[in-house]
Amino acid sequence: MTQKILAAHAGLDQVEAGQLIEARLDLVLGNDITSPVAINEFEKCGADSVFDKDRIALVLDHFTPNKDIKAAEQCRQVRGFAGKYDIKNFFDVGRMGIEHALLPEQGLVVPGDCIIGADSHTCTYGAVGAFSTGVGSTDMAAGMISGKAWFKVPSAIRVVLTGKLPQWVSGKDVILHLIGQIGVDGALYKSLEFTGDGVASLSMDDRLCIANMAIEAGAKNGIFPVDERTLAYGKNRFQREPAVFQADPDAAYDAEIVIELDKLRPTVAFPHLPENTRTIDQVGEVKIDQAVIGSCTNGRMEDLRTAAQILKGRRVADGVRCVIIPGTQQIYLDAVREGLAEIFILAGAVFSTPTCGPCLGGHMGVLGKGERAVSTTNRNFVGRMGHIESEVYLASPAVAAASAVTGYITDPAKLN
Amino acid sequence: MNAHGTVHKYGDNVDTDVIIPARYLNTASHKELAAHCMEDIDKDFVKTVKPGDIMVANKNFGCGSSREHAPIAIKASGISCVIASTFARIFYRNAINIGLAILECDEAARDIQDGDEVEVDFDTGLIRNLTSGKTYQAQPFPPFIQNIIQKGGLLNSIAGK
Repeated sequence: MTQKILAAHAGLDQVEAGQLIEARLDLVLGNDITSPVAINEFEKCGADSVFDKDRIALVLDHFTPNKDIKAAEQCRQVRGFAGKYDIKNFFDVGRMGIEHALLPEQGLVVPGDCIIGADSHTCTYGAVGAFSTGVGSTDMAAGMISGKAWFKVPSAIRVVLTGKLPQWVSGKDVILHLIGQIGVDGALYKSLEFTGDGVASLSMDDRLCIANMAIEAGAKNGIFPVDERTLAYGKNRFQREPAVFQADPDAAYDAEIVIELDKLRPTVAFPHLPENTRTIDQVGEVKIDQAVIGSCTNGRMEDLRTAAQILKGRRVADGVRCVIIPGTQQIYLDAVREGLAEIFILAGAVFSTPTCGPCLGGHMGVLGKGERAVSTTNRNFVGRMGHIESEVYLASPAVAAASAVTGYITDPAKLN
Repeated sequence: MNAHGTVHKYGDNVDTDVIIPARYLNTASHKELAAHCMEDIDKDFVKTVKPGDIMVANKNFGCGSSREHAPIAIKASGISCVIASTFARIFYRNAINIGLAILECDEAARDIQDGDEVEVDFDTGLIRNLTSGKTYQAQPFPPFIQNIIQKGGLLNSIAGK
């Protein structure tokens, strides 16, 4: 499926794994950390125009609202660039959301698209059947100038999902389980293609979460087939006409992995790699200081609803900070209107404006020496969320919320 | 084009958060980034690294974030070349794009020890460990990639055309 999208964007009938191609881009994305480096490169090579002001998205989401003076200066540089080149999809604080929650919500990513973003989690848009991959700032700069990028066509691993997820098990558990099975370089340079009868039962929020963490297995992209649910999600949302590509029945794959959704358990990745997974039944007693629910992985409406379902009428344990961050302004507003914000605040949690903040140890929940967090984010590397002697345990919103209540990593099914 | 220097050796899955911690990403200054390179896994790196030194690591070097600040910090710290068993794909692309020489060679990456003196010939892909006397063959870069690295990055190479 990835190969078909790439062929279409390279003007070729077909491509094969390993082939080097130049592809036309439907969207080029950057954030407040990667765009300044790209803008410097853009200016250094003397460029004075962008390929298409409507096909560049600049999202100030990482260290915003500005966490310090340097962050403010970086945002100022991006804001100036967006103004100078009249970039239509420039998202500043107040309109901003976490980029990978925001762009799908706004319909800026469409089935069949070819997208690069200077953020590794750009692979999220595979959930809507687009080819999208993370690149660095130089590729972003070149993409903004030319509207093109070169790629080595990836081979693919086929991930067959069967059955349906049980209660309290979500897309996060699917992807953590997969990374635990194949490792953080298990799909290095490859595409992860999700398929099977289990896909139909997965919500768009689950699919976005799964595709989001494809990079954590080293993958170039993760991609889902386009089905009725994708098209229903995109109705009145997709800003361009979707192009639906399907994998050939006899397509070649490097490997096939079957995941029986019915058998999955809530899954937790222990420090300091996303591949260090254990089922909730194997976790043992892990005391926490902080629970974070949010990020481009798990800051969507269903994630907040799940957290609220658990926190309703309960209290965050003494000694635990619970930080809940909606992915976008729209999700924030919906959470207020549905009464979720009230549930969170009454439970003793923080409920804030959208930001990537704590996920990468930026602000809004940085950890001190020896502190432990259970977090719905995507990485648990050394020092990721703060002090190098702090620890991050990756889990689903259900597990994070249940853990906030007890103060220990907890199976949501076991709450009283 | 050659590299010659002392080796700084690391293990598997060296991620971009330890190469340059996100708390320092509020700047794009190469010098400031270099000042914090590797500090979360090797506090002494910035004190001991000398211009021309070589970094060697095992599999999946540079995994994690797409931050180009990671290869920038390594290059600005004085490292002339990174040798690893495998590289994470975004890091691989970024390193070439900013003009940091990188070579994939599993045997060399596993054999070479911290502190060894190593020489690399980019034209032939030959890696010579002057301390142990052993040599290893990596895939050399094609001329257009060598040109990008010599010019100091992709956009420099385009601008210089």
